Amino acid sequence: MSFHPLIAAYAEGLPDARFDDFTEQDVRRAMNRTTATAEDFMALMSPAASSLIEEMAQKASRLTVQHFGKTVSLFTPLYLANFCTNHCVYCGFNCTNSIHRSKLTLEEVDAEGAAIAATGLKNLLILTGDAPAKTGVDYLEACTRVLNRHFPSVSIEVFALTEEEYARLVRAGVDGMTMFQETYDEELYAVLHPKGPKRDYRFRLDAPERACRAGMRVVNIGALLGLGDWRRDALLTGLHAAYLMHEYPETDIAVSLPRMRPHVGDWEPATIVSDRDMVQFLMALRLFLPRVGITISTRENAEFRENILPLGVTRMSAGVSTAVGGHADGTGDEENTGQFDISDARGVDEVCAALRAKGYQPVFKDWEPIFETAGEGA
Amino acid sequence: MSEDTFEIGGRILSSRLFTGTGKYGDDSVIPDVCQASGSEVITVALRRVDLESATGNVMDFIPKHMQLLPNTSGARTADEAVRIARLARAMGCGDWIKIEVISDNRYLLPDGFETVKATEILAKEGFVVLPYVNADLYVAKALVDAGAAAVMPLGAPIGTNRGLKTREMVRILIEEIDLPIVVDAGIGRPSEACEAMEMGADAVLVNTAIATASDPVMMARAFGRAVRAGREAYLSGPGAKRVLADASSPLTGFLGGAA
Repeated sequence: MSFHPLIAAYAEGLPDARFDDFTEQDVRRAMNRTTATAEDFMALMSPAASSLIEEMAQKASRLTVQHFGKTVSLFTPLYLANFCTNHCVYCGFNCTNSIHRSKLTLEEVDAEGAAIAATGLKNLLILTGDAPAKTGVDYLEACTRVLNRHFPSVSIEVFALTEEEYARLVRAGVDGMTMFQETYDEELYAVLHPKGPKRDYRFRLDAPERACRAGMRVVNIGALLGLGDWRRDALLTGLHAAYLMHEYPETDIAVSLPRMRPHVGDWEPATIVSDRDMVQFLMALRLFLPRVGITISTRENAEFRENILPLGVTRMSAGVSTAVGGHADGTGDEENTGQFDISDARGVDEVCAALRAKGYQPVFKDWEPIFETAGEGA
Repeated sequence: MSEDTFEIGGRILSSRLFTGTGKYGDDSVIPDVCQASGSEVITVALRRVDLESATGNVMDFIPKHMQLLPNTSGARTADEAVRIARLARAMGCGDWIKIEVISDNRYLLPDGFETVKATEILAKEGFVVLPYVNADLYVAKALVDAGAAAVMPLGAPIGTNRGLKTREMVRILIEEIDLPIVVDAGIGRPSEACEAMEMGADAVLVNTAIATASDPVMMARAFGRAVRAGREAYLSGPGAKRVLADASSPLTGFLGGAA
């Protein structure tokens, strides 16, 4: 199976121009459905929904509390390396950018893990650039085994892997994966990824499915909003999530809503996704998929993150550095090695205090590893 | 009325309302919820338990007198449920275990086949097994044979607050299964908990409806009272429902009561 043929089918059935055809009545009908259809989701994403944004917010908030409670899971990324063989025009790791390249040794990974764990976080997302020769599956496996000493949950956000490679990492203790398609517009994708292994649109698009089949417990997808037409990318992100939920019901599907951020390089986003646009996407997604996890990263600023908290957010990053290393001794050179600039530089304690002030409980641990050896003979 | 108690796994319980620990905005409300509800059994997801946490742990808020009912939330197979149960016991959470095997993250419906498998294994290992299942007579019978200590049929899918949608199936389980029947999941209002108890359920488990209420403590109290009311109504033997009105001036009165 693949979501690929469905993209064309959706494009035919739900062409871009139709966003403007929806009326307030269509939006109200969509809001009142027990189970929203793809057409309803499109109505909720349409300009007509703009005047009903408060009603959508009230319903999105109720659905989120009903299904997730007043809780937000916290995680932080750990950049293991920034070597990359890709030429993505919008990314600081682009191999033509002159930034300092490095890769953590296993001892450094352990030290970084210990430093992050000391903040109380139990859910770690490890990241690399796309350079299998330097940070291949063997390296990821070894890092995971080290990090599982500190974290019950270790997820990956790395280059697209084969199903067997995902299965190897599951066996090593990885329980989640994140894969951003960047843009679902295949023609634009080719322009944005002129060279490098990431140029293979289809291999990347099918990566989340391969991870599902490999037994990954949580699969998180997303589009980088601003690369192309945001409404089209948002729509296809939601439909991709719905497709995965239907095909792989045993996997927890989640969606991230990253917006373009400043980075090393001179490429400018094609479109500006406003705060209001982001909010509409977030709420439409919650109304379309009431049980989907929704992640908001530190690409967004603190004030905005707090304001959108009740609208559907279930997972947030905190205490973030996008530079390689730096958690253990504070020497990470964010400016010269980071993938992008973060907007919310608050530490874990500050994020927790802000969540609690809003009546939300920060959740640090939401998984108990059940490896082959765990619990045996208990 | 003499004290109305019931027994699960050798423990005598007075309260027929089980509560949960998930979804609270602040776990510090849990002791007040327990007190207001009168509940004696509380379920906790092992996946959220962190005994080494420096940032607080849900277990710190569970009153000591409560019977802990760790659950296997997150398990997708019998094997995973068994592993989680063993971990729970190894971590000092006791021998009670609520089996949740859910391989469908879209609707969160329990997998009866895998639940029976896990129950059989864990009951043999001495666990007091309370399996969460669909309201299905054959699954329930298999659970009895597998050694379950109670059967926990859903009223509606988890977290939906949609009420006792499985009413007729739960009624059949109450009639046919010689184990405590604890209606779990879907109950959204005290009146629905009361209805389950009026039907003859032995207990109900309520988490979302209490945890997501604007005032969880007041809602917990309301559920406690509703469960007692429903139980007393059941015990008092409510009058039969009639299709036709019971005429106060019967048409056959002239027969002088010989009929």
